[in-house]
Amino acid sequence: MKDKIKAISELVEQKLSEANDAASLENIRINYLGKKGELTSLLRELGKLSPEERPAMGQLVNEVKQRLEAELDQRKASIAKLELENKLKNEKIDVTLPAKEKKLGHIHPMNIVLREIEDIFKEMGFTIADGPEVELDYYNFEALNVPKDHPARDTQDTFYISDNVVLRTQTSPMQIRVMENNKPPIKIIAPGTVYRSDAMDATHSPVFHQIEGLVVDKGVTFADLKGTLETFARKLYGTDTGFRYRPHHFPFTEPSAEMDITCFNCHGEGCRLCKGEGYIEILGAGMVHPKVLETCGIDPNEYSGFAFGLGLERVVMRRYNIDDLRLFTENDVRFLKQF
Amino acid sequence: MKLPKTWLDEYVELDVSPRQFAADMTMSGSKVEEYYNDGDKIKNVVIGRVDSIEDHPDSDHLVVCQIDVAGERKLQIVTGASNLKVGDIVPVCLDGAHLPDGKVIKKGKLRGVLSEGMLCSLSELGLTLGDFPYAIEDGIFVIEEPCNLGDDATKVLGIDNVVTDFEITSNRTDCYSIIGLAREAAATYDKKANIKTPVVKGCGGNAADHISVAVEAPDLCPRYIARVVKNVKIGPSPRWMRERLRLCGVRPISNIVDITNYVMLEYGQPLHAFDARFLPDRKILVRRANEGEKITTLDGTDRVLDPSILVITDGKQPVAVAGVMGGLDSEIKEDTTEVIFESANFNGPCVRKGARKLGMRTDASNLYEKGLPAYQTKLAIDRVCELVELLGCGEVVDGCVDVDNSTEKKIDLKLDVERTNKFLATSLSRDEMVAILRRLEFDVLDDDTIIVPAYRQDIECFADVAEEIVRIYGYNKVEPSLFKGSATTTVTAKYHDFKQKVSDALASLGFFEIKTYTFISPKLYDKALLADDSSLRNSVTILNPLGEDSSIMRTLTMPSMLSILSKNYNNRNTDVALFEIGKTFTPTGDANTLPDEKSVITLGAYGNLDFYDMKGYVCALLDNLKIKDVSFESGTDLPYYHPGRCATLKVGDTVIGRMGQIHPVCADNFDIGSDVYAAELSLETLYDLVDTDITYIPLPKFPAVTRDLALLCDDELEAAKIENVIKTESKKLFEDCKLFDIYKGSQIPEGKKSIAFTITLRAADRTLVDEDVDNVMKRIIKKLVADFGCEQR
Repeated sequence: MKDKIKAISELVEQKLSEANDAASLENIRINYLGKKGELTSLLRELGKLSPEERPAMGQLVNEVKQRLEAELDQRKASIAKLELENKLKNEKIDVTLPAKEKKLGHIHPMNIVLREIEDIFKEMGFTIADGPEVELDYYNFEALNVPKDHPARDTQDTFYISDNVVLRTQTSPMQIRVMENNKPPIKIIAPGTVYRSDAMDATHSPVFHQIEGLVVDKGVTFADLKGTLETFARKLYGTDTGFRYRPHHFPFTEPSAEMDITCFNCHGEGCRLCKGEGYIEILGAGMVHPKVLETCGIDPNEYSGFAFGLGLERVVMRRYNIDDLRLFTENDVRFLKQF
Repeated sequence: MKLPKTWLDEYVELDVSPRQFAADMTMSGSKVEEYYNDGDKIKNVVIGRVDSIEDHPDSDHLVVCQIDVAGERKLQIVTGASNLKVGDIVPVCLDGAHLPDGKVIKKGKLRGVLSEGMLCSLSELGLTLGDFPYAIEDGIFVIEEPCNLGDDATKVLGIDNVVTDFEITSNRTDCYSIIGLAREAAATYDKKANIKTPVVKGCGGNAADHISVAVEAPDLCPRYIARVVKNVKIGPSPRWMRERLRLCGVRPISNIVDITNYVMLEYGQPLHAFDARFLPDRKILVRRANEGEKITTLDGTDRVLDPSILVITDGKQPVAVAGVMGGLDSEIKEDTTEVIFESANFNGPCVRKGARKLGMRTDASNLYEKGLPAYQTKLAIDRVCELVELLGCGEVVDGCVDVDNSTEKKIDLKLDVERTNKFLATSLSRDEMVAILRRLEFDVLDDDTIIVPAYRQDIECFADVAEEIVRIYGYNKVEPSLFKGSATTTVTAKYHDFKQKVSDALASLGFFEIKTYTFISPKLYDKALLADDSSLRNSVTILNPLGEDSSIMRTLTMPSMLSILSKNYNNRNTDVALFEIGKTFTPTGDANTLPDEKSVITLGAYGNLDFYDMKGYVCALLDNLKIKDVSFESGTDLPYYHPGRCATLKVGDTVIGRMGQIHPVCADNFDIGSDVYAAELSLETLYDLVDTDITYIPLPKFPAVTRDLALLCDDELEAAKIENVIKTESKKLFEDCKLFDIYKGSQIPEGKKSIAFTITLRAADRTLVDEDVDNVMKRIIKKLVADFGCEQR
């Protein structure tokens, strides 16, 4: 019996070492270790042994069986591992082959930058307002302290629909609409399309976009205007941006200013981009004119405010180094997909 | 406005570089556009004397000159000019000289003879006869100015001058003058501008005996002053005056005319000179023109006038269009002996309208349009007379005829130190503010009353004074701070976020965002197949468009989309899918009322897609936006869709949009040689329909059962109708219904189709048994048979 056990044990060990796939392992298990396997049948033969021999032999068979089963499991695991390795090896692909085309669209570059600007102002607690593009002369001019026959009307080449209706030449009429409909505190930006009768070329368009800003409350100062615009400009152009304010004139603000930032090409040294100035103009701003506040029913002795207007196209053109405005409205997908 | 440095020096002397001057003036509020020196464009041109002239050995029309330029030796220069004689003083280009047109002169041989430079004409130096009337137009400029041989010609001829060009804002009419800019320069550098009141000696007599003035329209002409100069000798004005005029871009003509232009530049007050011979009744009458009245203006053009235009007449005929241009007849001529000078104040809007109507804008009309103060008419006309005496070109008759109906604007302004500091966030003392205002020639009385100089018509309120203070103090000295006010909440903000969500969803579906013009050509309506009487053609029309192509505000966005698709198609871009969120403008009444502005989401695509792809995109978008229960009804009311391949989208009875294949004729009209699929959805309508309340529905606890249902039905029967039956008859057990096959052809009778659905049923509270499902299927089939004559296959 002992010899038989030893022989089976050796045979199984040999077969295990020869087996190299899951199927042959399973065969070994069935033939030797299974219910009807040779080792199992030895257990049944224990009855034929003397009662003295039985316990020792039984123990031996069980030990061998357990050992072989463990070896089989081990072998099984290593074969599985090997098989997996082989499978993975055979599945190797050329990762440098071209990708299968999955299409995502693109947001227009103007709106990408507009959103960025809107987000900056939203973070600063501004909300967004809207207004009509075909606008009453009253909102576009008169309420903004530009009466009929005011010389400033000459500098804004206006598209007229009738004597009383124009295509808005600026986003500023939205200031009036907001002030008419809301009591201070007011803190809004109003992006929008504006129209001026300029012929189309690389740097001029009869249709362009502005972002208007308006803050009105008690105690708003010229310093607040500067602080707000500088916070905005640093977020848009980087923390090392320098600023300069030049006195200017807008009929609806007083004092009025144009804000320059240090040229991002030469950082203030003076180069061709900034025409040697070291600065580039980015927006117009000022303290809301008392007459404008009064027109909107806000007491200028109690409230003050500031307003600003920023041209979107120039920001976008500088951001992406685009030199021709017409690309924005030609909408060639080869252009659009670059953003 | 051009400011020559030499002219500025007369009022205030500054020791700063042109660059620094430009920077300082810009920062104090007078924006410098550029500064330049025409002399910088000319190099190596010196004064020389012609010492000999000999014939060229090999040419009939060239001569060989020896020129003395005070160098080591004389230069030999070959020239074709015929106006030279020995001893002439001429401008000489040395080897390597630069001329204003960019030409560089090098020595070389002309027909075999060495020429070591070039002799210049007036025009080669950028000059005209107006600058040096004694010279000749064609030929070498023979110089009569005091100079030495070898001198730099640009200095001798007054070309070497720095000019600073300012952009003047519309509120500062006073700065359209040399004196105005001199005052700004003085204030900027805290100096005093040396501005003198003109003094006229006079020759006796009384102007009123020579001329009478009547103003019939005092509203349009608040002040009119005339002065008389007799024994006039017309000739060129002196060089200093011609030089300043040239530097300011004005062509010198003759002493009397030059004086009026000079004073206009100096004071910003337009002036006019009439030849007294052409005022036969010695009378000036200012009135509105009669309808159809005619005048030939100085530029030789015949003009037809009307009562909106103000004219100066001799009592009968117009002799000038007030504030715009004089008449040809009464202009100053070479034999003029008596001159009537006019210095008048005309109503700005009237001049502006007149100039526009006649299609001519002059330096004078540009000034009047901005609104000039009446007081300066007197200063300007006295200055004219002072210059007449200085130049010795006539005798000024004493006195002036002054019709003054002007009123001075009275404003009551007080300096409020505390409010100003609070407004500007500065901490200036009263003394500091007063000092700044005095630099600007304002005065502040002890009771804080501010006395504004007469020329500062733009100062009206507290904020104006604050700006004066802060611009001189320095905008950049104010420490920035952040205002911590709260935001106004507007409805727009949410709508705006919704709009962004739409864009993001469409971009994620592969669509490219475009931006198009909202004004279009009416021809696009033809291309889009709109009927001649279509109400959609009723558009907001621009009175003064750039051209027909951009003359109306669109009532539809699709034509713009198709134009862009066409551009891409013709640029050979394949598989293009675009979207735009853009506005349409629908008139609501006449042109004086605002149109209805609506935002439309427009989708357009061509290439590898069909109707159902586009429908898929639309459905994905609507699903993303949480727009529920959208139905697609066959057909639209729009002519540019393929009649058999388009649908109207509805939620309940509300139309939310339309979609379909673009009509092949329309696609062809837009030059797109491919099927085009498009959709248009109303952004506002969708926004109103969005169901923002999302309530969580528990995940199912019991399994679903699926059954396939294959039917034979009329080809015309819409799948949606079958789906509706499946849905309603499944009642509460309905979970999903998917069409998975549709077949026509062999084994299917003509006019029929086979259509198959997978139906998913589920109960929330139990596992369905076969009986439940069989009952539902029976109900569905029974209804389909009854309503649509379907057969189960």
